Amino acid sequence: MRKHELVIIGAGAAGLSCALASYHAGIKDILILEKEEDAGGILNQCIHTGFGLHTFKEELSGPAYAQRCIDLLSKTSVQIQCSTMVLSVTKEKQLVCSSSQYGLETIQAKAIVFATGCRERSRGAIQIPGSRPAGVLTAGAAQRYLNLDGWMCGKKVIILGSGDIGLIMARRMTLEGAKVVAVAELMPYSNGLPRNIKQCLDDFDIPLYLSHTIVKIEGKDRVSGVVLSQVDEHLQPISGSEKHFDVDTVLLSVGLIPENTLLEQAGAQLHPKTRGPVVDERCMTSLDGIFACGNSLHVHDLVDFVFAEGQRAGYAAAEYLKKTYMDCNVIMVRPEGNISYVLPQKLHTSDTKLLYRVKTPMKNAELILMSKDKVLKRVRKVSLIPSIMEEIAVTKELLQDCDEELIVEVKPWKN
Amino acid sequence: MEELICITCPKGCTLQVEVEQGKVKSITGNSCPRGIVYAENEILHPMRMITSTVRIDGASIARCPVMTSKPVPKEKIFDIMHEIEQIRVNAPVQMNQILKENLCGLDIHLIATRTLNKK
Amino acid sequence: MKDIVIIGAGIIGSFLAYDLSQYQLDIVLLEKNKDVGCGATKANSAIVHSGHDPKEGTLKAKLNVLGNRMYEDICKTFNCHYEKIGAYVLACGSEEEEVLKTLALQAKHREIPFELHDYLTILQHEPNCSDKVTQGLYLPSTAIITPWEVAISLTENAMLRGCKVHLETEVVNIEKITAGYCVHTSSGKIETRCVINCAGIYADHIAKMINPESSISIQPRRGEYFVLDHTKEPVVHHILFPVPSNKGKGVLLVPTIHKNVLLGPTSDFIDEKDDVSTTKTGLDYVKSHVHQLVKDVPMHQVIRTFSGNRPVGNTKDFIIEEDSDFSCFFNVAAIESPGIASAPAISQYVIDELVSKRLCLQKKTILPDILKRPCALSEMTYEKRQNIIKEDSRYGHIICRCETISEGEIIEAIHRPLPALTVGAIKRRLRPGMGRCQGGFCEPLIIQILAKELNINENEVTVEETGSNVLVSKR
Repeated sequence: MRKHELVIIGAGAAGLSCALASYHAGIKDILILEKEEDAGGILNQCIHTGFGLHTFKEELSGPAYAQRCIDLLSKTSVQIQCSTMVLSVTKEKQLVCSSSQYGLETIQAKAIVFATGCRERSRGAIQIPGSRPAGVLTAGAAQRYLNLDGWMCGKKVIILGSGDIGLIMARRMTLEGAKVVAVAELMPYSNGLPRNIKQCLDDFDIPLYLSHTIVKIEGKDRVSGVVLSQVDEHLQPISGSEKHFDVDTVLLSVGLIPENTLLEQAGAQLHPKTRGPVVDERCMTSLDGIFACGNSLHVHDLVDFVFAEGQRAGYAAAEYLKKTYMDCNVIMVRPEGNISYVLPQKLHTSDTKLLYRVKTPMKNAELILMSKDKVLKRVRKVSLIPSIMEEIAVTKELLQDCDEELIVEVKPWKN
Repeated sequence: MEELICITCPKGCTLQVEVEQGKVKSITGNSCPRGIVYAENEILHPMRMITSTVRIDGASIARCPVMTSKPVPKEKIFDIMHEIEQIRVNAPVQMNQILKENLCGLDIHLIATRTLNKK
Repeated sequence: MKDIVIIGAGIIGSFLAYDLSQYQLDIVLLEKNKDVGCGATKANSAIVHSGHDPKEGTLKAKLNVLGNRMYEDICKTFNCHYEKIGAYVLACGSEEEEVLKTLALQAKHREIPFELHDYLTILQHEPNCSDKVTQGLYLPSTAIITPWEVAISLTENAMLRGCKVHLETEVVNIEKITAGYCVHTSSGKIETRCVINCAGIYADHIAKMINPESSISIQPRRGEYFVLDHTKEPVVHHILFPVPSNKGKGVLLVPTIHKNVLLGPTSDFIDEKDDVSTTKTGLDYVKSHVHQLVKDVPMHQVIRTFSGNRPVGNTKDFIIEEDSDFSCFFNVAAIESPGIASAPAISQYVIDELVSKRLCLQKKTILPDILKRPCALSEMTYEKRQNIIKEDSRYGHIICRCETISEGEIIEAIHRPLPALTVGAIKRRLRPGMGRCQGGFCEPLIIQILAKELNINENEVTVEETGSNVLVSKR
């Protein structure tokens, strides 16, 4: 049986940065398993620029970002095995994987990092009524067809969801000659970056319908049209507000879900809100020596943040392998009120930071860290929106004052 | 007073630009110097980076990702896209390799953003 | 001159093609779609009902009971999935308990195994059962299958026995000729002694092609469903029915062979035979009704919705008869629920009661070996799988992550006697696209494989019928 110190599943931004960090922390026997033919993950199909300002201090395209990471790794002893699908993982850290080249292989690792990315929410998951013709695709699938395979999936397009992938694809399809008739967003605000609204929609006069959703898809074999409807404050369609659009394609950009099928099968505890594993500040899951990072842990706003989290997991896995990590008291972190989720869900008393997201936009608020009734820290926040992940530093000293539970809450700011 | 969303980085600052007789008088709301440059250009002569792909033969994928060496005049976007569509390259291609010089006769080149080896 | 033309390769047509091809007959099976089992066979609750429910004295009652007893062996023959997981009809309150008593009596009379369970007993088997439930009729002989899998295997084996199968061949007209019938299709005409009409939702159109006076009328009754993702702990372990009403068996919770759970169906008459749209009203109806049987239905696990149309006739029963004016023209129509469960018995009934009266049925002396459904790699032992990959490395290349399906299996499906020519056909045979990503990751790869193996361009690959292309133009 093959044996490796550290096995990383997924050679996207998270997996590659994790390997780099772990290598530089002293772990030399690292294997990355990647299902695609090339390393780089979803970055390879994100051909637009805007990546890397934090990590590389310059603006790179997705493939260039991946290439940077791959080039850095090529100078190390880290092995990347592509075209290999991991089929199962046990909590004893045994992996079974499959490839054309090596057939089935069983690998025993001393530590495993999951960097398996996320998948896109599909039509079925959001239950758009209507017929089921071809021409309803996730924005990411359309991006792959266009940017890797060189195929256009439609000529007249409507996009549901104003997340960044949806906005980027609105511009991309337009540049390639398609007519994007509209982008519709269920919420009263867009979850995309303001600059993408400007340069992907406004530049091409593509209308953005906020508080709208598709209530019907039409067409027998291929999409022939959709019905768009305004929604009320409960997100329910408002009768009489329907508009019809003749389109041949519906692209969905309606959310990403961390991909954790294998981790779930291994028996790790998953969090119902993030859909990723429950982790501590070292990115370790509920299974000893099994870590998670990047979009498989929770969905990030920027690839640079994925990279940074990969690094954290990489260092932590190295510490774990070198057995230099001291175990101490565990504090559970609980979100309250308008906080959608906080990561990590478990903390040891050390200097670290918490990542959190709000459920609905808030202006002039304060973030409060509490233990029972005692306020440990409060920070004023001028503006909080769900599409931006926030962070707050916590110190060892602060955590020493904390009970078994740290409550994270957000309230309107009062002087 | 004009309001602009800065597109230079993901932060997306809201810029307030005062324009008088076709000239930029003042810019506020930027959190870095790049915001000033952006706002001036955007008012007087908007520029955009173009990213796309060109056909590549002999590599593991069908398309090589490319970008322009610098932002291009906004009104030239579709002309340049038309020129990009005509380009074909053969593997191998190195990241940062210039695949076509002087797009549309401008001092702007088309650059590969990925290394693609021969399959 | 053919002996028999069978119109429609749903579960009924494929059973008939398989059963009849054991005789020395020249048979043609016509299907207008690119794959078999694409009508009502594709979109239903996938249940082999016990036979307790249909009204006494009907063909439905008789053939369902018989069909239920035949399925296990049939599925074993073809290596098709079959699980006798059992069903509960659940009553809430004394009024509904009375209905259970009637059903229990009916089951007893038909020699169908049953037990009456109280709420606490049910709770032991179904921990998520709603506390509104007071009593349940347990029917252990109720089973689940994957209906299109059976139709595919039957058709494939009928082909091996010499039956000709014409896909993408639509019947446009039927003409009486001296020796029988001339069937005009979208790709030429076929002369035949007999015609068996199993055209499902279109059986009335076909019947009227030869006899405009035919009294058969088929109205589509739509059923809408949710599909839940397969998880470690499915929400239900048995099929759960409410007590039946005049609209049918009600909204059910049905575990599937692959550990998904179906919620549905609705039951609404519609006008358009082809309209398999889902509606907000319908889906909301299902949502509100499943909660009556089960406490916590995990609606966040929904990965898909679909709808299918049952071919409902005008006699409240299956219509299985020779046309009154045209001999040797057999209609097998209005095969709504329990049609899947009754299918093997329907086929037998058609042969015994109709075909054998008109044609001399002589068994072939030699029949080829059964071609079994290939076992999924993911269901094999490590060693067996390793050996297969050693023989052909394409079985090591995994295309679908959610359901772990290899390139080798997909290529094999494309080149079977009954070929998988579309993304949908591959999905029905192997399940890529049925998992939680719904094809987001694997569909591009499957389109590439189909294009390569069928020697066509990627934009010529369709999801189902002509026109359902995913890709439009090459850059």
